[in-house]
Amino acid sequence: MLSEQLLTALIFGGLAAGMPLVLAGLGELVSQRAGVLNIGVEGMMIMGAYGGFVATLATGSAGMGFLAGGLMGAAVSLIMVVLCVRMGLDQIVVGIAITLGAEGLTSLLHAVQFSDTYPRIGRTIVLSIPWLSDLPVVGRALFGHHPIVYLTLLAAIFGTWALQRTRTGLAIRAVGERPEAVDAAGVSVVSTRTLAAMTAGVGGGLGGAFLAIVNAGNFIPFMTGGRGFIAIVLAMLARGRPLWVVVGAFLYGLSVSLATALQLVGVPIRTEVVFSIPFALVLIMLVLFGRNAYLPSALALPYHRGER
Amino acid sequence: MTYQNPAQTGTEGQFEPSERTPVVELQGITKRFPGVLANDDIHLAVEPGEVLCLLGENGAGKSTLMSILSGMQSPDEGAIYVNGEQTVIADPRQALDLGIGMVYQHSTLVPTLSVIENLMLGASEKLILDASEARERLEQLAGMLGAEVDPHARAGDLALGQQQVVEIIKALWKGTTVLILDEPTSMLTPRGIDELAKMIDSLKEHGLAVIFITHKLHEALRMGDGVCVLRQGRVAGRLSADDLRSLDNDQLQERIVSLMFGDESGELAGVAELSAEVRHESGHDPSAAGSGRRQHAETATALRIRGVSLAPVASSHGLHDIDLELYQGEILGVAGVDGNGQRELAEVIAGQRDADTGAIVLHDGATEREVTGLGISSRQRLGLRYLTDERHGEGTVRTMPIGLNLLLKRIGQEPFWKRGAVQNAAIRSYTESVIEAFDVRAPGPDTPIGKLSGGNMQKVLLARELAFEPRVVVYNKPTYGLDVRTTQAVRLRIREQAERGVAALVMSTSLDELLEISDRIAVMSRGRVVGVVENGPGAEERIGEYMVGEVAA
Repeated sequence: MLSEQLLTALIFGGLAAGMPLVLAGLGELVSQRAGVLNIGVEGMMIMGAYGGFVATLATGSAGMGFLAGGLMGAAVSLIMVVLCVRMGLDQIVVGIAITLGAEGLTSLLHAVQFSDTYPRIGRTIVLSIPWLSDLPVVGRALFGHHPIVYLTLLAAIFGTWALQRTRTGLAIRAVGERPEAVDAAGVSVVSTRTLAAMTAGVGGGLGGAFLAIVNAGNFIPFMTGGRGFIAIVLAMLARGRPLWVVVGAFLYGLSVSLATALQLVGVPIRTEVVFSIPFALVLIMLVLFGRNAYLPSALALPYHRGER
Repeated sequence: MTYQNPAQTGTEGQFEPSERTPVVELQGITKRFPGVLANDDIHLAVEPGEVLCLLGENGAGKSTLMSILSGMQSPDEGAIYVNGEQTVIADPRQALDLGIGMVYQHSTLVPTLSVIENLMLGASEKLILDASEARERLEQLAGMLGAEVDPHARAGDLALGQQQVVEIIKALWKGTTVLILDEPTSMLTPRGIDELAKMIDSLKEHGLAVIFITHKLHEALRMGDGVCVLRQGRVAGRLSADDLRSLDNDQLQERIVSLMFGDESGELAGVAELSAEVRHESGHDPSAAGSGRRQHAETATALRIRGVSLAPVASSHGLHDIDLELYQGEILGVAGVDGNGQRELAEVIAGQRDADTGAIVLHDGATEREVTGLGISSRQRLGLRYLTDERHGEGTVRTMPIGLNLLLKRIGQEPFWKRGAVQNAAIRSYTESVIEAFDVRAPGPDTPIGKLSGGNMQKVLLARELAFEPRVVVYNKPTYGLDVRTTQAVRLRIREQAERGVAALVMSTSLDELLEISDRIAVMSRGRVVGVVENGPGAEERIGEYMVGEVAA
């Protein structure tokens, strides 16, 4: 049953379906390490999806789409920065408001702009890495994606290094555990957290843009379908290590891809069951690894100098 | 930024001409908080190679003054001079750049980071961290302190004394000329305090100025070249190095106590923290303490602990075959360095933790009642009480009023609840009577308990555990972190209860406290009771021997 072609499709689809989660999860991880729990990542994703879709449709360039998506996410995360990092409001309340607001806003904009039509954008370019993409099965599956996929994987590796080995990475790790220590050491808590919260915005925005531009090829209101929340969970389960976000996201992607493959092959299982596989997988992951989740001590706690 | 060593500048201070320019000078510092004058016109100066002790009770304004100097807060009035130049210290970074290093009372290490990472935090000039350079600096500073530190250990895994060494190294990192230590001994063992004193001496030799904040008189006399006493936000008086040399200990003590407490000093004479100095310095016999001792030989057993064990885990030594007998009206002290099983034992007795083996039996006259299998509230009703050492943690619900915190362990019981309905009038009048009886300083019975000072919070907790006929009370570090006055009030309560026949098990890391109030003292080490000593002449030495393990159990 598992022909070579199917296997290729499975892996290719898994990578593609996992990408929005990799992007959003990496940003969320940086934010969480700095003590900013970004519940609004779902909202940042949908805004990124809308911005990325509209920009791609207008310019015909997926690159412009990703740029717009990232900027859109960053813009939304500015709300988080001003209200939570600077003014010290509750991160969970603001995060939920961002998600609900963004979902409503994008639906409205979509309805105004396209009424009930769902225009599609053309196929995006893919990078065909010579030699490697000619390998059997894995060749096309691993080396025939949009360039942003490889850039993101490089970013995950760079992020791992930067968190450990740079001044900024050290400050991010410390500010999520004990902000007063960072303050006393003369590093700005607000700047560090601002940077981290913006990273989450850019990650969420890019993730949403990938979903609209590459995965779907169009924009549908509410198309993120809870992926932002899965990204939050992935970041928590990754215990602060970026590469685990990548692993978790691709596991999720594979299960989505498997569901699609089972459909195509015509396995006699009801579609509803098939499409619930990814969510069942997330549940199983939570049950198995939930107790391993590590949350920084100062997560979601606003910092005010001089308070104990 | 580099600064000249103030010892070499040679220019005279503008305001107080002396041979050397003070490294730091405060002129007329005033700081107001809503309803409180925390600092009132304070003048201070400290010179290179000098240790200035800032002495005062909790709430005297010591910590506020130092947070002004370290840039965490800004003064409402007054001027700060660093090396003779007037400066405004806007934030902690600027304080560090000016050469002012601060070791806070609460740890500022990030527990999940390694020692070297903690030290590099905020100190790295370059974007990419250079761990080898940092290690060199660490070795250099550790050498200067005469200490050894593993750079790769996780800060949270270090013993408290080691953590403090790291804190000091961190404060010295950027070429500090003034080191401020805020109550640095509060989490140290007696040996740790000796080591700290040595480190301070070697810093002095290197020409650093040290400001040492404490509320313990004997530490001030031992560490300080000069002592400045604060009371209610003002400088109540000073003792120069000449004073410290020329007066004998009794005179010094009397003078400082009267500065610290003003008119109230008379009633505080004889408190262990104050009298400890006399014994410490002049080698008096400790038999002077513990005047409230009684003979327990004839009285009946109140609580028996038989073979109680708890398996050790990573964070705890567990308990190993604990046997203890407690008599009615007796105060049994439990001595030992923190973390040697005291909390585990207390929680097992209170029912908050189940022992793996062993039995706990409550005696009442001829009747015996095994409580091993009972829950917390049943034990509570039988008169077995536990005063936790976690006032802010498991002890209270910060946002709830004093009244509900008083009844936290009796929710749903009459007369404060009737058929499930809360009886606010009954709670209010009960709370008012407790506030009166225990001298709790609070705006009113509805004040959230989190707004009270540590001392007043402790009084509320004490009232909770001593209400409704206690028979055996376990006190875990009952005076930890309290000022002298509240400490004395708490000890009086414990004694008073003992005189009524209530048995007390008092766990404390302060040996002075145990020598003052206990009849007998058990010594705990690594989860075992290694010895029980009758309080009296020579007890201190024997306890010390048990603690370091020179006597076989």
